[in-house]
Amino acid sequence: MEITARALWTLLHGLGFGALYLLACSGALVQIYRFTTSAAPLESTPGQERFLRFYLCAMCVLAWAAVLTGAYVIYRWYRATPPPGTTDLSMFPQHLLMSSPTTIGWHSLGMEWKEHVAWFAPISITMVAFVLIRYGRDLKNHQQLRAAVLSFAVVSFVSAGIAGFFGAMINKYAPVQGGPTIQLSQGGEK
Amino acid sequence: MSTLNNAASLNAPALTNGSGAAAILAAGIGSFTLAVLACAGDKVAAIKNSLIFYKPTGPLSGVTTTAILIWLVAWGILEWRWRNSTVGVGRICVMSLALLGLSLMLTFPPVVDLF
Repeated sequence: MEITARALWTLLHGLGFGALYLLACSGALVQIYRFTTSAAPLESTPGQERFLRFYLCAMCVLAWAAVLTGAYVIYRWYRATPPPGTTDLSMFPQHLLMSSPTTIGWHSLGMEWKEHVAWFAPISITMVAFVLIRYGRDLKNHQQLRAAVLSFAVVSFVSAGIAGFFGAMINKYAPVQGGPTIQLSQGGEK
Repeated sequence: MSTLNNAASLNAPALTNGSGAAAILAAGIGSFTLAVLACAGDKVAAIKNSLIFYKPTGPLSGVTTTAILIWLVAWGILEWRWRNSTVGVGRICVMSLALLGLSLMLTFPPVVDLF
């Protein structure tokens, strides 16, 4: 069982950071909604509040790691230009997608949207984390702030979802390949 | 935190809303800057070329770096101005959400193609 270095980076970007962020975000949305809309005062221990702060900071790290690895590690392999005369485009995902009318949309709509919309996730969640940590339970007394925080958290989730969906589909039709091969395990005959 | 809890239970804000409003408006400004730069880079070759900070990544490097810098600078300035103030947060939140909505629209390729 082996994997190329580029495929491993893509895995780390998409599943390691992106999917984990989406999972964390869905949990956080429920918690933020509960935290900001509950009529009764929510009793939480200092330990639980510390955990919420850690959780929000971890989400920020995941969101930034996802966009930075996507933009500065994987995207340069994705948009690499093939030398003139190249017929096998498997190492040039953007050009591979653009070479067929049945796949060009994955680039012209999918990647063109994904590469920008994804950045709203870390910007929004960083703001959300800052406001929640700074105000704590006092946010209950700032109705408009908490409505805005919840809206930005939803947009962060949706943006990450759009980026994740198109990332997965693009990698299905034109996977980023190449680089050194990493041996994960030795296969044995059954 | 106990001060916050006591204040929260009395429904009297312990903190002014300025800091939160600054963070929210800055996020709207940062998102909108990113969307406008992405759209401008897509339409004007000179802007596209000026946004190539890192060649392998192309204009995306300039779009995102510039937008993040503007977001952080805007956040810093607004936080400095509003940290201890009570501001008209309703209008600021509406403006921030409008900027965020416009940003989402401006990054959607069929909308960009209208320009």
